[in-house]
Amino acid sequence: MNIQQPSPTIGLNCHALSDKLNQFAKTEGIRQWDLGAACSNDSSVQVDRGEAKQMKGSQRSSITVRVWNDQGLIGITSTSDLTDAGLGKALRLARQASDFGNPSDVPAFSPQAKAPLPDLHRPLRPSQGIKRLLEMLKQAEADLLGRHPSILTVPYNGLAEASYEQIYLNSEGALRQMKRTQASIYLYARAEENGRKPRSGGAVRLALGSQDLDLSGCIQEAADCTISHLDYKPIQTGNYLVCFTPDAILDLLGAFSSMVNARAVLDGVSLSQRESLGSTIAVPFLTLHDNGLHPSHIGASAFDGEGTPTRKLCLIDGGRLESFLHSEATARAFGVAPTGHAGLGAKVSVGPDWFEVSTTEGASSGSNLHHQKTKEPFVLIEGLNALHAGVKASQGSFSLPFDGWLVNQGEKISIEAATVAGDIRTLLNSIIHIEPDSVIRPGGISPHVWVEGLSITGEA
Amino acid sequence: MREGRIGFLNKPPHKPYIFRFASIHGFKQLLSDNFSHNQPILQEKALIATYTPDQTPALESESFNGDWEGQLESLLARGRSAGADLIEIFLEQTDHLGVLAEQDAITSVNPSFGRGAGIRVFLGERDGFVSTNDVSKAGLDKALEEALAMLGLQVNGAINSSFEGLKTLQDFAIEKRNWFKNCPELQEASEHLLNGTSLLEQYGKHLQVRRGSYARDWQEVLVAASDGTFGRDIRLHQSVGLNVLAADGDHRSSIGRRYGTSNKPDDLRQWNAEASAREVCESAGIMLYADYVDAGQMPAVLANRFGGVIFHEACGHLLETTQIERCTTPFADKINESIAHEAVTAIDEGLTDEAFGSVSMDDEGMESQRTVLIENGVLKRFISDRAGELRTGHPRTGSGRRQGHTFAAASRMRNTYIAAGPHTPEALIESIDHGLYCKSMGGGSVGPTGQFNFSVEEGYLINNGKLTKPVKGATLIGEAKEVMPRISMCANDLELAAGFCGSVSGSIFVTVGQPHIKVDSITVGGR
Repeated sequence: MNIQQPSPTIGLNCHALSDKLNQFAKTEGIRQWDLGAACSNDSSVQVDRGEAKQMKGSQRSSITVRVWNDQGLIGITSTSDLTDAGLGKALRLARQASDFGNPSDVPAFSPQAKAPLPDLHRPLRPSQGIKRLLEMLKQAEADLLGRHPSILTVPYNGLAEASYEQIYLNSEGALRQMKRTQASIYLYARAEENGRKPRSGGAVRLALGSQDLDLSGCIQEAADCTISHLDYKPIQTGNYLVCFTPDAILDLLGAFSSMVNARAVLDGVSLSQRESLGSTIAVPFLTLHDNGLHPSHIGASAFDGEGTPTRKLCLIDGGRLESFLHSEATARAFGVAPTGHAGLGAKVSVGPDWFEVSTTEGASSGSNLHHQKTKEPFVLIEGLNALHAGVKASQGSFSLPFDGWLVNQGEKISIEAATVAGDIRTLLNSIIHIEPDSVIRPGGISPHVWVEGLSITGEA
Repeated sequence: MREGRIGFLNKPPHKPYIFRFASIHGFKQLLSDNFSHNQPILQEKALIATYTPDQTPALESESFNGDWEGQLESLLARGRSAGADLIEIFLEQTDHLGVLAEQDAITSVNPSFGRGAGIRVFLGERDGFVSTNDVSKAGLDKALEEALAMLGLQVNGAINSSFEGLKTLQDFAIEKRNWFKNCPELQEASEHLLNGTSLLEQYGKHLQVRRGSYARDWQEVLVAASDGTFGRDIRLHQSVGLNVLAADGDHRSSIGRRYGTSNKPDDLRQWNAEASAREVCESAGIMLYADYVDAGQMPAVLANRFGGVIFHEACGHLLETTQIERCTTPFADKINESIAHEAVTAIDEGLTDEAFGSVSMDDEGMESQRTVLIENGVLKRFISDRAGELRTGHPRTGSGRRQGHTFAAASRMRNTYIAAGPHTPEALIESIDHGLYCKSMGGGSVGPTGQFNFSVEEGYLINNGKLTKPVKGATLIGEAKEVMPRISMCANDLELAAGFCGSVSGSIFVTVGQPHIKVDSITVGGR
């Protein structure tokens, strides 16, 4: 039986996969199982000063199978080996691992694993092929290099297109399947002027297909960003009025998403507790949604790892903590419905899809601060670095290097090297303004967000 | 056992970074410090279950071994006939086990296994790379054709090339075939972890979360290239760690230590859980009430072991030929020139005994070697792989490494450390009036302009040559060219620590290390 279809694009034969699993499960005496499978086919190119540097292609497939044993305990195994031998071994290992299942926390099938899926309009875009990708990236690199004499190289660049398929199946007949395509380009330029330190800047764009990528926007943003960092100065250490760009605030909120994560709450590692729901955790004009269905979310999926439909969820409304992100197991523990934010595991992980930051309807900060118009001095944080090291999510603290500018009377001077530090709870209550215009970014949608009194360390 | 720590990755992969441990979860990523939940009772069943693990990661017939010679030679010959300068085939199979204990129960067991191939074709200085999970003859044929097509080449029917066949297999795996079955079985691993979390309870105060985790990664690789390279190896990496979250009112501290080795099946059995638990609990207790560090420029002493992250980020990555290729290193033309203080000698070693970053051969089939990078402050050598040698002229150093078959190899660090110096650690601290002692470091990263950063997990202020109060929340930043000449004193207590390093060819096992070192001045980010 052919599990991987001999297709030039992608394809898991989900019915064959289901039949095969049922057959193996019957042989092993397994009555309850589920499975998540994914496969992808992608191509990517990198260039270096007009020449192809590396071209890559890959075909990947993987499955994760879970089984429940006669005691109702769960075991799991993952593999990229989709041969009969591989599938049989995966089921056998999952069965063995179930002997060590945790009786205090047994995931079940999502009650919504067969519920209707949302209409997610994501047309599949045809591949343009690696030669076309190479032409496009060479042109983009040349264009960026031509934007300023100080831009000498684009050391980190890439253009990729990929097709994906994702499946969820279970022994009660749930069958989810989704195909999608995605393309991305990133350009990070390096510029150097005589006697000065090298500076860098970049941009990223995503689209459903490589023909839809906003190349000119990406080039323009990378050039503007790089050029804006050429004139730099160290900054004096102190407390500053700070404006976070949409990318920066989305990154920061993502790093502290354990605050709205039911798994983390149950595990005791979140800053929130069960009883935090309904409490005020931010200024009254801040609202935060997780919206995996947003039309601009290129990587959207109609269902999560447990087959639960994806949906828009209000997390913070008017500064009030409204709800947590859930899997089936955490939702059961809280007595609510799963929210479509689960992975697939023996202990199921939970995570956000795509954040939407906005001003609460009918509320206002009363401020008219604007990152392009405000005259008083402030620090504009373009991007935060090293979140993997500088964020202590369970403590609420962060101390992060950043790229940005000191803006005074409309003049932007790049900051040579600096860190910003604080506590997320304090920060959420120190927001003094959210600009009216939302910006769509690869990681979510947000306006510029203003915070007062943040501690910045510089080298001046 | 070496030290390591848990972290997670959520930044685009364009900047090299290091962190002590990573975990990727199914479809979504757990964003909760990788801690987990309260399970109040010992899971008795876990200890009495009869577990008969499938201790055959690959049947002999499925092994990637010398039996593949004919098929690989055929592929390589066809690639050369098509006009490629060089073809390299990387075959891999893996077997992973992850076990998590929370409080007094095993809460997650995650086995996984897989097979795959990566085929890389060079033409001039360009290369095309294709990876696939399909290692059937048809799958490999297709991958080769696609890799050739990327460079405008096409397989033709005739075998007509200068390819002279593979050399005799260099089999580094012969003595390692029993490694896998000599590792602890799941039940034994569980017992060790539960003992660890029990010891945390015994030694810790205000502990809200106690966690132990174990990971075993077994990998068999076979590398064949049209220059005759034919090598096989088995790698075994194991790591075990303890983490706690302590909380008392508004005070919180999360502390973890992870220890890892390579090529040592008995690793977990020899783990000193008692010492680990004491160390973690002591640190958590101290940091629970620590003040945030005051920001500023100051001298710093960085402890040995994971303190080596400063060299890894500030200099190590910039000595990889991938950085020369991208024009992102300030050291490209500095061979035989002074780039660091004369107190600094730095080494990248392929085969340090049991260290996490050790490999008998690299992922391009080259036998490991020891590379002196900097000698008494003078740059001696770059870390180079096959493509690095081709594109920059720096000879290969056995440093072509990759996370797995889905990545093309790149020049990467292995066991990289600053050599011991003549001083005692106390002498370094005594030489400072006011500064920071960084006892335990977190992860870090370096950007395309050479600016690096790393976080300090456990720090102490130095006043008048003595350690005083504990401080937290420090992030150290700087620029490679400026900080290397400021490493002015090296102590005599070199030790190594395990970590994961992420960069162009994925996340790989590495070792960092150093003795205690003194940096004359560095920017300490804080509040």
